[in-house]
Amino acid sequence: MKSFVLNDFIVERDDRRCIRCQVCVRQCSFEVHRYDAELDQVLADEEKCVGCQRCATFCPTHALTIRSSPREFRANANWRPELLMDIKRQAESGGVLLTGMGNDKPFRVYFDHLLLNASQVTNPSLDPLREPMEVRTYLGAKPARLRYENGRITGDMPPQIQLETPIMFSAMSYGAITYNAQLALMQAAQELGTLCNTGEGGWHPDFRKFRDHVTVQVASGRFGIDQDYLNQAAMVEIKIGQGAKPGIGGHLPGEKVTPLVARTRMIPAGTDAISPAPQHDIYSIEDLSALIYALKEATGYEKPVAVKIAAVHNAAAIASGIVRAGADVVVIDGVRGGTGAAPKAIRDHVGIPAELALAAVDRRLRQEGIRNRASLVVAGGIRCSADVFKALALGADAVYIGTAALVAMGCTLCQQCYTGKCAWGITSARPDLAKRLNPDIATRRVVNLVRAWTREIKEMLGGMGINAVESLRENRLQLRAVGLEDWEMDVLGVKGAGM
Amino acid sequence: MSVSAFAGSAVPGPARITVGTLHYRELNRRLKAMVDAGVEQIELRGVFGQRYIGTNLRAPVRLTVYGTPGNDLGAFMDGPSIEVFGNAQDGLGNTMNSGRIVVHGDAGDLLGMSMRGGEIYVRGNVGYRCAIHMKEYEDMRPTVVVGGTAADFFGEYMAGGRVVLLGLHLPPGAAHPGSFMGTGMHGGVIYVRGRVDRARLGTGVAVREMTDEDWPFVRQCVHEYVRLFGCGTAGAPGADAGRRGTAAGEAGSPAPSGKKILSAEEILNSPFVVLCPQALRPFAALYAART
Repeated sequence: MKSFVLNDFIVERDDRRCIRCQVCVRQCSFEVHRYDAELDQVLADEEKCVGCQRCATFCPTHALTIRSSPREFRANANWRPELLMDIKRQAESGGVLLTGMGNDKPFRVYFDHLLLNASQVTNPSLDPLREPMEVRTYLGAKPARLRYENGRITGDMPPQIQLETPIMFSAMSYGAITYNAQLALMQAAQELGTLCNTGEGGWHPDFRKFRDHVTVQVASGRFGIDQDYLNQAAMVEIKIGQGAKPGIGGHLPGEKVTPLVARTRMIPAGTDAISPAPQHDIYSIEDLSALIYALKEATGYEKPVAVKIAAVHNAAAIASGIVRAGADVVVIDGVRGGTGAAPKAIRDHVGIPAELALAAVDRRLRQEGIRNRASLVVAGGIRCSADVFKALALGADAVYIGTAALVAMGCTLCQQCYTGKCAWGITSARPDLAKRLNPDIATRRVVNLVRAWTREIKEMLGGMGINAVESLRENRLQLRAVGLEDWEMDVLGVKGAGM
Repeated sequence: MSVSAFAGSAVPGPARITVGTLHYRELNRRLKAMVDAGVEQIELRGVFGQRYIGTNLRAPVRLTVYGTPGNDLGAFMDGPSIEVFGNAQDGLGNTMNSGRIVVHGDAGDLLGMSMRGGEIYVRGNVGYRCAIHMKEYEDMRPTVVVGGTAADFFGEYMAGGRVVLLGLHLPPGAAHPGSFMGTGMHGGVIYVRGRVDRARLGTGVAVREMTDEDWPFVRQCVHEYVRLFGCGTAGAPGADAGRRGTAAGEAGSPAPSGKKILSAEEILNSPFVVLCPQALRPFAALYAART
């Protein structure tokens, strides 16, 4: 069948600069570039280009420019080229469209409509270079009241996780990301004093040494879960849903279940690893409570148990149920959360923005007087230190970052994670591609990023005259909205700018 | 509650706990302390729905349970051997790794869900969604043997392991009543004694005849079943799958009058069929290829 799908990208090669070194030929995992010896020219199959910019980055003479294809049909604000191409692709295959990374549609990003306050005249700002700024925080249920004896806290304190920065690495399974990528995240978490989440794809034996900085996931596939898995980790997270694909399961195709992935997941190599849509032992809040306490029994009540849900319409009521079910941490993953593979229709249309869900959940838990019983973590679309800062002001105890950490390693959001061909060695299934990522350099980049963000958070705190993230949490007075409707400001609990 | 014996004491026989209305957290804490102290056999009397028994024990301890243990008996279990004289509730052997659970009665929903290793024997019937997403890994291959029948979704998503459904109390010629058996299975095998109504099966499952390779395992399971429960009829409380609630402790009673007691060979002498995956890669063709 003749394909009617047009190129996504155009490959421009400046022939005066090209030295025929063929770096582009070797670097492109999608086989766009090829060298024709007879013509002594490097040619491009542009229809294969995914725009990952690997070739342009590595071209030593900057001879390559990869541009979006204009795909200029008769202008139509309704039938956009992306829609036409999706239809043609499906007409040719009859298949579900897959994609990777987070929702790329122009839904309102609330972080971009919130502005921060700063001290002027009436209270002094603080200089974080000279004054101590506390960014440490603790995850876990807090008692309703503290009792002291001789200056010490007495009584039972539920298990707490100490984070040296309120930024954690979100769940990305080995298999979805490469061994080196997960290694880099775990090394970075250890160096930063924060947590890295294994995702539901098991916990590789080599990575057990990072145990104090690892959250393990219990999800519908129940891969690789045994007593060691639960007891060696710092925290256990039950994954109900994911922002990129609320309500649906997933499967790692058999060709990605290599012997090492199989060992980590504890399944036979080469078989599909299927995660059912629901966890079949959780059909209600009561069932969730049963699993939370099963995990607490299995771990001797020594680890916080987190429950992660996708941000959906009734997130506030659901979160209330989760807290009452006994969770120590509630994680809300918004509609812009990333993924290694999701149906495009789901990724782009299911769920609600993290900012709205977070604000609604925090307010609901406070109204019900149970906010202390669980920490709140938000994920899905945290792109910079200001997003972290605004999330804390909207009520989060900490945030998860996924995409940002991968971008630090080299990711360019070409959205091809599910193909296993990642040219950057981040989500690659092919061993020759996977080894492209140097884990120590990747660790350095991720640590640098989080350190830089943490420094910026301190600057913003100091500008407000605040010296601890604990004082920023749910401090909505430090936020003002621009360009939002009344109902949006109501949900967020913020005033408009100038008010 | 009373503890009649600890390890190292001169009292012969198993340690005994009379459970009553003790909270599960306290019960399991005491069990763990006993196992940590080296007790190898513990008898629990008067169990009233306490959850998670066996979950936190990682030793080859033998637990004997009288009464009705609560949900998630042996969830995440790794090593113990539990024998229940009564009925079990939901989530028995949930995500279990190793060990053995024997139930002289019926069991509820979700039995053996995501189980990776170990054995479960149930004398009577089991509820909904049992043996869902069972797995196997290297030399770990879980086994579930059910004397009666199962409610809907038995063995759904199965990715490994072996399950035997004996249908011992079904009327002659009757099909197993559960629908969607083996839906979407992509590994493992289900052996069914008695008739399977193909119209009730879900997608992704194939039905085949027994082969010479299947019989040794099935024979071994049936002999073990008869050894454990003493008789070949279901004879267990609860006539149909999904309905439970007969008084605990009644199990182990003789077969209902009028029912013939079958020997292992008589059980094996009836027709079996095998449910297995149609494909190990059920979703290989679901997605649009990138051009």
